[in-house]
Amino acid sequence: MIADRLNTLFAKPWIWAFLGAGLVWLATIAFTRGQGAGEILSAALSFATFSAIIGIGQMYVITLGPGNIDLSIPATMTFAGAVSMKIIDTQDSMVVPGLVIALTCGAAGFFNYGLIRVLRIPPIIATLSSSFLVQSSAIAYGRGLKIKPPPILADFTTAKILGVPLLALCVIGLAAVMSVVLHRTVYGKSVIAIGQNPRAAQLTGINVEFTRFATYVLSAVLAGLCGYVLSGFSGGASLNMGADYLLASIAVVVIGGTSVAGGFANLPGIWGAALFMFLLVTMLNTFGLTAGVRLILTGVIIVCVITLAGGRKT
Amino acid sequence: MIARIVSPRVFRGLLPAFSLTVILIAIFYLQPRAMSYFGLNLLLNLALPIAFATLAQMCVITVNDLDLGIGAYVGFVACVSATWLNDQPAIGLLILAGCIVAYGALGALIHLRNLPSIVVTLGMSFFWLGLALLVLPTPGGKAPDWVRAIMTFKTPGVPMTIYAASAVALLVHFGLKRSAYGVVLRGVGGNPRSVERAGWSVLRAKVTMYALAGFFGVMSGISLIGLTTAADANIALRYTLLSIAGVILGGGEFVGGRISPIGAVLGAMTLTLAGSFLSFMRISPDWQIGAQGGILIVVLALRAIINRTEARQSR
Repeated sequence: MIADRLNTLFAKPWIWAFLGAGLVWLATIAFTRGQGAGEILSAALSFATFSAIIGIGQMYVITLGPGNIDLSIPATMTFAGAVSMKIIDTQDSMVVPGLVIALTCGAAGFFNYGLIRVLRIPPIIATLSSSFLVQSSAIAYGRGLKIKPPPILADFTTAKILGVPLLALCVIGLAAVMSVVLHRTVYGKSVIAIGQNPRAAQLTGINVEFTRFATYVLSAVLAGLCGYVLSGFSGGASLNMGADYLLASIAVVVIGGTSVAGGFANLPGIWGAALFMFLLVTMLNTFGLTAGVRLILTGVIIVCVITLAGGRKT
Repeated sequence: MIARIVSPRVFRGLLPAFSLTVILIAIFYLQPRAMSYFGLNLLLNLALPIAFATLAQMCVITVNDLDLGIGAYVGFVACVSATWLNDQPAIGLLILAGCIVAYGALGALIHLRNLPSIVVTLGMSFFWLGLALLVLPTPGGKAPDWVRAIMTFKTPGVPMTIYAASAVALLVHFGLKRSAYGVVLRGVGGNPRSVERAGWSVLRAKVTMYALAGFFGVMSGISLIGLTTAADANIALRYTLLSIAGVILGGGEFVGGRISPIGAVLGAMTLTLAGSFLSFMRISPDWQIGAQGGILIVVLALRAIINRTEARQSR
């Protein structure tokens, strides 16, 4: 009976990401002899939040099928962070308009989809070209200054309830909602259907082009949201704040057990993978390795995880 | 006859040369003094390493993959060139040969396990950056004298870059577009299953293309170090995106093994010149990558128009 339960649990594609995160965490606290075990988990939840937000958007895009990927996420994040922080100008009263503006930066998604549709170019090239433009706009607009967030946003993004980051709870909620959207709504089911067979999806009457459009916009809006809360969390918008998130957005999706070929998605895995990625870096830092060795190990572990995960049938 | 000359096919083939010409004319118009040996040399100074990186990317794109680690890889090669290759050339060459083997092995891994190349190469970019930091923790090192001599050699007529780039472009063109095995290599990007059925090894083709990418990456790193004389682990990180843009600008397509080596080299030069063009226009360097994105979109739009004209004609 218990064996059966365990078997069904291990058959879930997302379980491996959580197991990996757990193992890395245990290795870290074994090294520190249990010191700071809670703090590490709390920090991991805080930092994983940001990869999880953009991971959700990237997952929807990747699920659309082979070739679909959004490379403009880091640029959109940076742009949304820079624009919203500059307009808010550290005034608490502007927090909500700032959020609206950050989400409006999801208009980058319109542009992405427009390029894909009008120029008939692969999404990789379309999102790459538009990310050049968006990044440049952010650089020209932000002028290299680090613009401080309003106090209320900084407080909200760093608040903790019994050691659990409030923002992480919100994003776990967001992931749950997006999971329902994926598996229970017409839109979500359309995304999965298109990923499995676009032609069949078209023939069943699904509006393929509208679904793709909505998905690229969704990804850009989530990137805007991430840029906004990350600016609040890290004490301001900076022009390289998106840099680390290109790998993160793709890696959390793939490590989380979503099929890269599209058509099969799972949301819990994104959180597992996001925690795994942060705990991995924490572990390598705790071991006191130099930057070079740390990067090498990060690369090797990512390639190994992908190799193992890629061979598994999902 | 005239209809044949102005056919969309010819237009599409000429598009990379056309964009390069437009940007060159614009630069000469803004700054007539650039139209000299010295001016061209300065303008195209950094074109050669970018052209090599673009060819490396093109090799990977030929087999329907994408390399997001090429920039970090070129950086690592540059660091090795400025340290080992200068101090102990034998060991340096051995390391560089090892790099090419590693790239081939990466191709085998991606093919055998059917992995997404984007994620694997993105992971590898950390690996190369880490290695580069180990080799050269702080910016420095020294370019070997022979590399320096080659890269600063004064050729008659036009600068060395133009000779070298043309030679490499033609060589790769004949290797990939005109040779029998080149057809098989491109076929892997077009239809791997039929290549397999025809009795060719897809694995071998992928390893060949990845190893070639590794080789061009090595060339890129060495030529870069000959120009900058010192290295830094982050020296070539922007080459990743530049090289992809260069391939696309040069008429390469993302799927189907449709590539153009000559176009890729022209594309790399266009992107190199785009930076100088902006500074001549007195546009702030903030817009540099934006301009590259803009050029990319304009060229892709032109290509889309040509393709549509072609579709209408054939109807």
